[in-house]
Amino acid sequence: MKRLLTAGLLGLTLSLGAQAAIDTYEFADEAQRQRYRSLIEELRCPKCQNQNIADSDAPIAMDLRAQVYRMLEEGQSNEQIIDFLVSRYGDFVLYKPPLTTRTLLLWYGPAGLLLGGFVLLGVVVLRRRGKKTAGTSHLSADEQQRLAALLSQKPTNQAPRDKKD
Amino acid sequence: MKRLILLLPLAGFLVLAGFLYKGLFLDSRDIGSTMIGKPLPEFALASLEEPARTLGTADFEGPALVNVWATWCPTCRAEHEMLNRLAGQGVAVYGINYKDNGDAARRWLIELGNPYRFNVEDPQGSLGINLGVYGAPETFLIDKSGIIRHKYVGAIDESVWRQQLAPLYRELMDEAGR
Repeated sequence: MKRLLTAGLLGLTLSLGAQAAIDTYEFADEAQRQRYRSLIEELRCPKCQNQNIADSDAPIAMDLRAQVYRMLEEGQSNEQIIDFLVSRYGDFVLYKPPLTTRTLLLWYGPAGLLLGGFVLLGVVVLRRRGKKTAGTSHLSADEQQRLAALLSQKPTNQAPRDKKD
Repeated sequence: MKRLILLLPLAGFLVLAGFLYKGLFLDSRDIGSTMIGKPLPEFALASLEEPARTLGTADFEGPALVNVWATWCPTCRAEHEMLNRLAGQGVAVYGINYKDNGDAARRWLIELGNPYRFNVEDPQGSLGINLGVYGAPETFLIDKSGIIRHKYVGAIDESVWRQQLAPLYRELMDEAGR
């Protein structure tokens, strides 16, 4: 297990190294590099769809990385860069889509489902509790009588065998 | 009341199944276009056929198809015959040669025929980015004033043309009074 974990971690670090080696852009300072990385990580590749433009090898992802780099070098803000891409490729390129009526379900759906689950759980628990305190009252009068009769019977059949030991 | 609660999982399943069923018929390649209703972006790029000539937005005369293609794109090869046929029928087709090698592109037009009124050479894909292009082939339908009215992603074939593009093209022709 431990060995497997080590292998997995090793693989992960190796692939991270490979990813960083794709482009060779030079940045003025570390902050600029961080901005570049965070931008290309939250922008989605329009061609490959389930990757951001940092991870994708599609030609368009390469072009968009170059575009982001160019705009950063020109001194444009993150908002300007994101607006530039959204105006051309639509909200599709955002891994963090804006909150609009169309994306309400996307943003609040999971939280809503979780809340619904808790409400359901609460209802079930409360009902169980209610049943326990109500006791045996759900036996009908007829059944109560039969129960009383059964309880008052003496266990005559089994008595002799019990006496043996 | 109790019965209704028992139906909840079924209702949940049906909602989920509804979404998934709809998903079966969605084309995930088509992410729509933000360019519909906007004019072709401004550009100044060389002509593929006459590299000394610089082309711009004003050179496009709509209603027309603006086809984004490249020799590295196998789907474009599949589509090319259809474009030849459309040009033969008198449909105006313009080309944007997208991130391609100019020599290879010119050879392709000699070998496979040239359906284009002219081709704009976009070696860096800069016009492509401004158009929201993310692959090839993609085809824009522009009206008489050069406004983009429709975008089609993928190869145009007979059925795509007949069912989707031809009615729009005819509509644009009517608008232009032709």
